[in-house]
Amino acid sequence: MSQTLEAYLALSAILFAVGTFGFLARRNAIAMLMSIELMLNAVNLSIVAFGAFIPSLNGDAAVIALMVMAVAAAEATVGLAIVIAIYRNRRTPLVDEYHQMSE
Amino acid sequence: MTLPTTIPLLGWSWNDLLFLVLGSVLIGTALMVVLGRNIIRSGLWLIFCFATLAGLYALLGNPLVAAAQVLVYMGAIAVLILFAIMLTQTKGGPAALVFHHQAWAAAIAAVVLGGLLAIVVSVSGWPLVGPFMATSTNLVAELIFGDYLLAFEIVGVLLLAAVIGGVYLAKRDDGPPEPEA
Repeated sequence: MSQTLEAYLALSAILFAVGTFGFLARRNAIAMLMSIELMLNAVNLSIVAFGAFIPSLNGDAAVIALMVMAVAAAEATVGLAIVIAIYRNRRTPLVDEYHQMSE
Repeated sequence: MTLPTTIPLLGWSWNDLLFLVLGSVLIGTALMVVLGRNIIRSGLWLIFCFATLAGLYALLGNPLVAAAQVLVYMGAIAVLILFAIMLTQTKGGPAALVFHHQAWAAAIAAVVLGGLLAIVVSVSGWPLVGPFMATSTNLVAELIFGDYLLAFEIVGVLLLAAVIGGVYLAKRDDGPPEPEA
């Protein structure tokens, strides 16, 4: 029943939608970064599911998933460093109080 | 004692049960991350969420990616996020308002996106789908150090650049002292 490609892709779609909601709705910059991690993980889950169920992609999908993980690690490093640098100037992690940057 | 091949009374295979449990725990922890009021608890739920995903990768027959998930996400990224949370905690505790005022619009957008993806997944035929096949680590190693060698090296350079950039951005700026006004 559940060991099909569609089941994993549907799970990945739900996870991506949850991450999208978190990114759009949260006020805290770090919560937004956590939501981005959720979305990246959803994409990774669908990549690994494609690799398991499509024989011609079997090895390549694992390689691509590992590369996505490495790029996500780089993104998290730089993103959190930017948040900390802004926090040092503004004394708040809430993005809707960063309005001075748009003026 | 050996387990029966299907679950008694239900007729599911054990993999189905694992998928259902892991999938529901995954969505539940993801919702806790997104909806939680206390951001430190959100970070801890995020670790739980990553652990469930590692279980799903193992269920998909990909132990190397599952191990990398545990090492990279649970070991490194989650700790980094928790550090950043604790560095940016304001004294007054969690903010009174967790979401933007237009959170309902974000909810509508997320539901529409999820529904759109679900429709695409169910309508597509997936003509290449074959039988389930576990991934052997030997094959992955041969591909990384064969076909994907250039990408592997570029990822290494990218990680180095990200580390240097992160250190530079988060460094306290010790510029020339400002004149006393």
